Amino acid sequence: MITKEEVQHIAKLARIQLSREQVEKFQKELSQVLDYFTILQEVDVLSVEPLTHSIEVKNVLREDEPRKADPEVVQKLLGMAPEQKDGFLKVKSVF
Amino acid sequence: MDSLFGVSIKQIHEKLEQREISALELAQLFLSHIQEREKDLHAFITIMPELAFQQAKEIDKKVKEGQSLPLLAGIPCAIKDSILVKGARCTAGSHMLEDYVAPYNATVVQRLREQGVLLMGKTNTDEFSMGSSTENSAFGPTRNPHDLSRVAGGSSGGSAASVAADEVVVALGGDTGGSIRLPASFCGIVGLKPTYGAVSRYGLIALASSLDQIGPLAKTVEDCEILFNALKGRDPFDSTSVDFPSNLQSRNCDPQDLRIGVPREYFKEGLMPQVEQVIKNAIAKFEAAGAKVEEITLPHAPYALAVYYIINSSEASANLARYDGMRYGTAGTKHQMPNVSLLDIYLERRGEGFGPEVKRRIVFGAYALSAGYYDAYYTKAQKIRTLLKQDFEQAFQKVDVIVGPVSPVLPFKIGEKIENPLSMYLVDMYTVPVNLAGIPGLSIPAGNVQNLPVGLQLIAPAFSEHLLFQVGKMFEKIS
Repeated sequence: MITKEEVQHIAKLARIQLSREQVEKFQKELSQVLDYFTILQEVDVLSVEPLTHSIEVKNVLREDEPRKADPEVVQKLLGMAPEQKDGFLKVKSVF
Repeated sequence: MDSLFGVSIKQIHEKLEQREISALELAQLFLSHIQEREKDLHAFITIMPELAFQQAKEIDKKVKEGQSLPLLAGIPCAIKDSILVKGARCTAGSHMLEDYVAPYNATVVQRLREQGVLLMGKTNTDEFSMGSSTENSAFGPTRNPHDLSRVAGGSSGGSAASVAADEVVVALGGDTGGSIRLPASFCGIVGLKPTYGAVSRYGLIALASSLDQIGPLAKTVEDCEILFNALKGRDPFDSTSVDFPSNLQSRNCDPQDLRIGVPREYFKEGLMPQVEQVIKNAIAKFEAAGAKVEEITLPHAPYALAVYYIINSSEASANLARYDGMRYGTAGTKHQMPNVSLLDIYLERRGEGFGPEVKRRIVFGAYALSAGYYDAYYTKAQKIRTLLKQDFEQAFQKVDVIVGPVSPVLPFKIGEKIENPLSMYLVDMYTVPVNLAGIPGLSIPAGNVQNLPVGLQLIAPAFSEHLLFQVGKMFEKIS
């Protein structure tokens, strides 16, 4: 069973604010899901490689050349941010 | 004019070329039908009459000039609201993107526009495609056209309902764990989850990048195939997309040459008896037509759902980190206050912008990826994913296609499962193995229980979509 403190800790790591009721609800729901996942313990995977790609893929490379962006598109992209200043996104100081 | 509802792409194409109807008339006809049906259904988040009319006028000009039309020109089409259409709002069913306007076209949208498809609107989806009923949409659920008290399935429930209700002829959806096939089954239409890499994901708002695929929904297998052919193929903007073998076309085939595998794991606990009966009747029809039917086994299928939710949540928690409240969304109230840290802003904007299921998955994904749990959950899930893929490879040495149910249950009542996340997840138990293995799956109508549709799932090896279309058309003939 996952504890309330664990739920709060993980939620903070994931940068999501949860109300007290949500923490309690998530504790219950996540514990139920984790219980269900215990069936995976039945499977022996000792000599099995993890699958990272379902189909065969190769590296796809291209020249790393800067491209001029359409100023109109840039303005549209910036315009969708909640706060901006002088063509930059405005963010609270990190320190 | 009403006789145009329910007709095929080829029939509409012929009427346009013969000048029996103009593209503008088509757009008007379907838009007024959308207005009428939306009072009940809520299949759309955004309707785009201006774009549809503009495209229709371009097509009518071509007809007037005597130019030949691509097959899809003038065909009314809906687009799931997780796929970008330049200049149109794209919400992914989330308050986080409520005011986001797409600055470019998804590759699939670009390809459809080049064919002259009429893009009628953006359809409802569970928030960031997380759900099986569209009840997780921040804008309210879509109702099932066959019974308005029931869900249309999800997450591409708006796309499926819009096709089933003749609001459009075809639609695009996205399928991460069943999000095309499940709503297709619940709404009684055809839906394809293509092979991973067959269709570009550029311009699709990502849920779980190793599982997501865009695919077509339509009323018939033929229409589904026409749309798929317009979507498929490599795209330089998606490095996981591949060249699709062009020599593989569906053709008429003799049922006697067909070997069908029925996985015994798909007929166990959890399958509703009425659904089982419809699926068994469908399999009996193949057998009566001469197909060779044999039981097969996918020993790791019972673990697929748990594996799927670990991988899905883990990838989602990473993909949705970009919604940090700095690039998209609203400012909130805190940023003006003194002594408020960056962390406070993150917590507030993500806490308010995301709905409960999205938060649940991000938190669970962060848990599964955290130090001390990574090997027990994520690595273990990826290893079982390897075993599941091998199960399918072994099965396909013996049979051409695998058939089974799409969903263990009938379309359920709105509100029935939303309070119990695990019960909602279990609806996907037969669809998620296909995404984990990267192979294609087709949902086709198999029959009804009273007025509620039941879908049959056809599964083929990677890049064998032509086989699915072939067998799907065969079933349409014999059923």
